[in-house]
This record gives sequence, structure tokens and C-alpha cells, in this order.
Amino acid sequence: MFSAAPVPIASRPLTLGSHALRFDVWGVWAVVFAALVAIPILVVLGSLLMPFTDAWAHLAATVLPRYVANSVWLMLGVGLGVVLLGVPTAWLVTMTRFPGVRIFEWALILPLASPAYVIGYTYTGLLDYVGPVQSTLRAVFGWSAGDYWFPDMRSLGGAIIVMTLVFYPYVYLLARAAFLNQSVCALEASRTLGRTAWQSFAHVALPLARPAIVGGVALALMETLSDFGTVQYFGVDTFTTGIYRTWLGIGEPVAALQLAAILLVFVFAVLLLEQWSRGEQRYHHTSRYYRRLPTYPLHGMRAGSAWVICAFPVAFGFLVPAAALAVWTVENAALALDPGFHQLLSNTLILAAGGAATTILAAVLLAYALRLRGSMLVRAAARMATLGYAIPGAVVAVGILLPCVWLDNWIDAAARGLFGVGTGLLLSGTLVAVIFAYLVRFLAVAFNPIEAGLGRITLSMDGAARVLGASPAATLMRVHAPLMAGSVLTTAILVLVEVIKELPATLLMRPFNFDTLAIRTYQLAADERLAEAALPSLTIVAVGIVPVILLSLAIARSRPGDAGA
Amino acid sequence: MQPIALGIADVSHAYGERTVVRGVTLTVAPGELVCLVGPSGCGKTTLLRIAAGLEELQHGRVVIDGCAVAEPGYVVPPEARGVGFVFQDYALFPHLTVARNVAFGLHRLPAGERAARVRDVLSKVGMAEYAEAYPHQLSGGQQQRVALARALAPRPRVVLLDEPFSGLDTRLREQIRDDTLHVLKDSGAATLMVTHDPEEAMFMADRLAVMRAGRIEQEGTPVDIYTRPATAFVASFFGQLNELVGVVRGGAVYTPFGAVATPGLGDGTTVDVLIRPEGLRLSAADSGVSSAVAAQVMTARLLGRSSWIHLRLLTGDAAWGEGHVGHFHFHARVPGRYLPREGEILQVGLDPTQAFVFPAKDAR
Repeated sequence: MFSAAPVPIASRPLTLGSHALRFDVWGVWAVVFAALVAIPILVVLGSLLMPFTDAWAHLAATVLPRYVANSVWLMLGVGLGVVLLGVPTAWLVTMTRFPGVRIFEWALILPLASPAYVIGYTYTGLLDYVGPVQSTLRAVFGWSAGDYWFPDMRSLGGAIIVMTLVFYPYVYLLARAAFLNQSVCALEASRTLGRTAWQSFAHVALPLARPAIVGGVALALMETLSDFGTVQYFGVDTFTTGIYRTWLGIGEPVAALQLAAILLVFVFAVLLLEQWSRGEQRYHHTSRYYRRLPTYPLHGMRAGSAWVICAFPVAFGFLVPAAALAVWTVENAALALDPGFHQLLSNTLILAAGGAATTILAAVLLAYALRLRGSMLVRAAARMATLGYAIPGAVVAVGILLPCVWLDNWIDAAARGLFGVGTGLLLSGTLVAVIFAYLVRFLAVAFNPIEAGLGRITLSMDGAARVLGASPAATLMRVHAPLMAGSVLTTAILVLVEVIKELPATLLMRPFNFDTLAIRTYQLAADERLAEAALPSLTIVAVGIVPVILLSLAIARSRPGDAGA
Repeated sequence: MQPIALGIADVSHAYGERTVVRGVTLTVAPGELVCLVGPSGCGKTTLLRIAAGLEELQHGRVVIDGCAVAEPGYVVPPEARGVGFVFQDYALFPHLTVARNVAFGLHRLPAGERAARVRDVLSKVGMAEYAEAYPHQLSGGQQQRVALARALAPRPRVVLLDEPFSGLDTRLREQIRDDTLHVLKDSGAATLMVTHDPEEAMFMADRLAVMRAGRIEQEGTPVDIYTRPATAFVASFFGQLNELVGVVRGGAVYTPFGAVATPGLGDGTTVDVLIRPEGLRLSAADSGVSSAVAAQVMTARLLGRSSWIHLRLLTGDAAWGEGHVGHFHFHARVPGRYLPREGEILQVGLDPTQAFVFPAKDAR
């Protein structure tokens, strides 16, 4: 064909081999990794196939109905509570103007900073018999013990209140995003058709935002089902406390797994709800026409009511407990100098850094597998691997512990057989196992932002770099690394904080006497030394504020309709 | 023999079961601008990506500057091919300034030369004063200029452009493609540009290759292709046509507007007759043009440079030969402002160079 063009093949670098030699490294990695991460879930579900022991029969006859009832009441109570706190605040902050609204926009997510158990301990400390509230009441009215009735925080109702106060921001965030994303068109159409602002809210905005609200409720319910610290301390028996007691107290690992399996049924139900809401949100997008939303200025009584509605959850979800913790911390300031506290800090950091690094590395590799080999198989693997966010920490823990014990015993026996020397426990009770648990639990936290970050690097940018003379490695260094640095760093902070707040998996899996801030907080609270728990609690809350700030900044940046202004 | 800057020989490509390129052969000479034009999904972008090495070659051969860069079992990676590529979405690196985007492909030059080349190429596209801006601060047109500058900076022997103007609004597009044409011609590079817009292709190209369903349907100068389309598809791709069906009788097919010669088609062949709107000559009813027929104006619109007239034929069956019914709806394009009243009767004549005859679709 091109006779004038001799083809000096030898002078060209032979860079790629034939097709047959190419091995789909990415696809294999994604599938192997997803299988590894799925192990805990498979073990837990598989336990239902194991023989049900006497211990199980005993559990089923005595405590199981209570676990179910408590879980259902918790879900109902928290579900209702988070809607009542989250939706009106989201609407007021998005659609109306009153003094302080700019502050409430971000302040309303502050309660996310602290884990529920910290808020639970704090309110118990404030409201129990010797706490400041009852002491003041007695001093003012001259009552003494038994003269008056005072609600007991440590009850099912108390747990519902605490979890509502901590988890409502999920509904607030998603509902607010839905209100912001709604096209003005739909609202304006409603107004031109003769509806008032409030009628438009009820008949247009609320139905359009319903999938988002359901999604927020589902997230709050997942957290409710995962909670261990609050219900354990409040004496409200649920599946997580049951798993803990059956495993450590009764010493029946299989029965604990079976309890975990039943808890998973609840989790999957909520997960389905969440997935459904995501699907619906696609159809509830009205039009792509965005403009700055019209806002209604509020005055007088109305502004005052709006202010109170928004201030209530911020005050009781964050300000009051944070202030109490601060006061108690100052009263026990000497503890900060205690070498034991420094040990706590360094232990916590070791776990957090290890968990974050492992999780991020896995998330980056998984995101690249999805980018480079977007096959059905890899997609399914990625989905499978990121399901862990819905699985309670206690379930992940027992799902990992038991295979670790089996594997350890097998290696030990094999080593004895081969070398005559046992290896002891290689995995169980080591940091490796704990960090693997974090990986399973928090992979989705890392994967979603990293995948989004990678999505901003279009495939034609790769092509542009290659055509301009950059090798694949150079493309990675010169284009991907600088563009990904930001999202990797942000994600690392998110995972770091999640690990620091995590309680049940750490409690069940940590090496002997390896205490972290969360563990010490839990132990001090269990010993009724609430004031001493203030310092580690406050540290957790302070750390927890960092992602909240990142989140508020991200929200402020990403508001549609403002970009073009 | 003219040297070949870019040669594509018998290239085929499939995504799984779906074959998108079927044995395409195409060459581009140094300094020549070839447009690959066709409807979306015809395989033109895939061909461009194969030439750049962004898509792995499956069958055939790619030659750049006289040397094979891709054959089955042998591939030169894109970074070693020395081609410039302008992407449809520009693909500017968002973390780099305009100057550093343009300098990206100049990493082998010493710093001083690199800076000079960046300044030089940015001023060529009129973006010198935006050197320190970031891509997100630029408008679409400015981003397109930077993408072009970045592709040209390493002085590639071959420049490939993938729908480079499709992201721009109409008025801006005309300005930018005019500028781009001159910058590309000045660079002396062999250019292969992909577009789905026939007018754009004719504006830019020294030579056109019309693609359809993975094959090149016709190759030639814009004048060739417009005046002598090889197939009905090529004829209709370059504008709306009046379509008629007829049967060859004595080396010609009879239309209401007169006979059209049908060289090479046997008597009795059913044929499609395609007449460009500008091939219908309109004149006043009493002008006495012999071959003309009468038509009634349905409506007339001024489109700017030309006028567009909807006509209804008044001729009876006789003119059709085969017993077609009249009252057909035709379009005529007349340069400038020509807006006859609705209902006015006009004489319609035919410019035979603007009428094309192909065997009927069902017969092929």
C-alpha cells in the first residue's frame, strides 16, 4: 500500500506484546478484593446454616423478643424524630431568610461531630440524680429524693432522644440538598397556578424531596442499628449489645454470629429502602434549569419561631453537651498530663492512620480498576466491596474474628505438624485484624469521594497526556497525582475520624489492653466516672468537627445556581 | 509520488461484537487538511483514536511520516508518535495554568526554549495574555484555542482534531474555525479532522472523506463531492434534497421539471432522483421558459443569505410518465431575498447539474 514508506520496525521500541499475553490484573484484583471484603458478611450469613445450639435456644426463648422489640421501637422513634428535626430546619434554612440563618446553615450539622454514645453519657451526667439539673431543682424547691418524678435518661425513650439529636443531620443534609437542587421552575409553576409559598412547599417541594428524605432516614436508621455504646450504657438491649454479651459474656461465638445474621436482616431492609430512594431521586429531578432560589424573608414572630426551630437541635445536639464536656474537662484538667492519656492518643492515632492508609489504598486501587476495566464484573465487585458502610461494626467484628480464629488454629496446627512448633495466634487480637475490620466498614466512606475525584479526570485527559509524550507512569505522576491529591487528603481525614469515633468493632477486636479514646470513654462511663470520661470524649468531638467543617465547605462550594452568578 | 505524513491502510475495528470501522484506507499529505465527515456513530472518531494510538489497532496498519506505527503485534505508544490531538472536550489539565498546559508536551526542551515556544504558540492563537489563567477561568472558545496551542506546541507532523468546534455556540464557532484553519495551514502539519457537520467540513477541508457505517463512501475535494456525489447518501448528507422516484426510459428519467440523463443505467431501472433545492430555477409564470412547469407557492421564508420556497406542483399526471399523482411538495432555495406571495403561480425549471440519479434504494 505505502510502497514509498519502508518500515524500519527494528528502530521502533517494541512496547506492547500480543493480546494473548495480556492479563487482566485490574479485573482480578477487584474480584479478589471484593471477595475478601465480603468474607465477614458471608461468615455471618453462613452461620445460619450452622447447627443452632442450646445457647441459641436459650437466647431465642429469653432475650431475642426483647432485642427485636427494642430495635423496632428505636427505629420507629428515631425515624420519626429525625424527620421532625431534619426536614423543617432544612426548609427554613434553604427557602427563608431570618437573622442567623447563614450560621444555622452549617451549625445544623454540628451534632454529627460526636458519636451518639458521647452525647448519651453527657446527658446522663447532666440529668441523673447527682447531676447539675436535679441538684439545682432540689436546691431551688427544697425537694429531697423521692419528692418528685424526673424522667430517666437511661431508658428506651432516652436512647431515642439521644440518637435523634445526633442522627437528624443526615435527613437535614439530604433534604437540604434536595430543596437546593429542585428547579425553581417547579416552585414558580406552582406559584403561577395559584398556590401560596406554604402550599407550594406541601404540594410540590416536599413530594419532590421525599426520596431524599427517605434516604436520610435510612442512613439515620443504619446508624441506629449500628449503635452499641448508647444502648449498652442505657441498658436498652438490642442486637449489638446481645452480640457483645453472647460473644464475650456467654462465650458462644456461633450464637453471636447468628444474632448478627438476624441484625443483618434489619440492615438489609433499611439498605433496600435507601437504594430505592436513590433510584427514585433520578426521576424526581424536574429540570436542569437552576437559578438562585427565591427566598422568603421572615419577620417578627415568624422569624423568632424559625430561629427557635433551628436553634433547638443545634443547642441540644451540640452546644449543651459540648459545654458540659468542656466544664468537666476543666474540672479534671490534671488528667490531660497523665501519661496514660498520651498513650491513649498515640494508640488512637496508630489505629486511625493504619485504617485510613489501608482503606484509601484499597479505595484508590478499586476506583482505578473500575475506571480501566469498567466491566459488569468489576462494577459488581466494587458494589459488593462498598456494602460495608451499612454493616454494623459489631457484625463486622464477629464476622472477622471467627475466620481469624479458624485460620490461626489451622496455621498453628499445620506448623506443629510440619515443624513441631506452634505459631500461636497470628491474626486474632492483632492490629491487622482490627485494621481489616475498618477497611470493611469504611471502604465506602473512602471509595465514593475518590471515585468522584477520579471521575473529574476525563479519559481524554489521559489521552491528551499520552499524545503529548507522557508515558502511562508519567501520566499518573503529572496528571493524576496532582489532581487526586485533594480528594485523597480529604478522604483520609474522613476515614481517620470515623476510625477514631468507632467503638464496637474496636472493643471486640483490639489487642489486649490496647485502649483508644473511644474505648477509654466507654470504660469510664461504664464505671460511672462520667466526669473523667469528659477529656477523651471532648477530644473525640473536637476531632469529629473537622469533617463537619469540610462538609460545610463542600456544600457552600457546590450549590447549583450560584456557579454562574 | 507525494510523501505521506499520515497513512491509514485497511484498518478495521470492533468493540466486542460491534464492528465500527471496516477496512478504511486514507492518506494525508504534509500540509494537507483532510476532513473525515459522517453522521455520529459512523466510526470516524474511532479511526482518529487509532491513528493517535489511543485505541489499540486490531487490523490494518497506521503509518506516520513514512514509518509504520501500528501493525498487528507491533504498536508504537501514543507518546512516541509525535502527533497532536485536539479533543472534543478539550481535555485541558485543570490543575495547570494555560502556559503549563501548553508546556506539557515540551518537557524535553530546555526551560528557556520551552518558555519561548509557549509564548510563541499562545500568541499564534491569540491567548498570550491568558498564560497564567487556569482552564476553568476561560470561556469555551478560549479553552478551544488553548487546546489547539497545546497540540501544536511540540510541532507535531500530524495533527488530529476530534469535533473541535462542537462545544461552541454558532457565532463563536465560525470565528474560531476560521482562526483554526489559518493556524493549522501555517503550521504545515498534516491534519485529519473529524466532524459531523458537512458545512464545517467543506469550510475546513482541502479534501473530504465521507464515512458511513464504518466505510469511506466517497473521497475527494469538496467541489467533487458536492457536485458529483457517488451515492445517494453522500448527496443527501450535504443538504436537504427533493426526492423523486422514476424509471429509466431511453437513457433518461423524466421528472416534472424535465428529463435527467442516466448514463450507465439500463432501461426499466427504477431510480431515485435527488434534486438540490438550488437546482430548481424559479421564474415568473409568463416568462415562457420552455422546459418549465407551473407550481404554486405555499409559503416563502427568508433564511438570511438565501430564501426558502415551499412549492406545490400543479402539473397533471402526463409529466410523470409513470402515472404518479401530482401535488408534490418541493423546496427551492434562491440566493438573496426572494419572497413570492403565498398562492402565486411560478414557472419551475431544472438545473441538471444539481440533479443526481441513483438506482432506487430497494433495488440496491
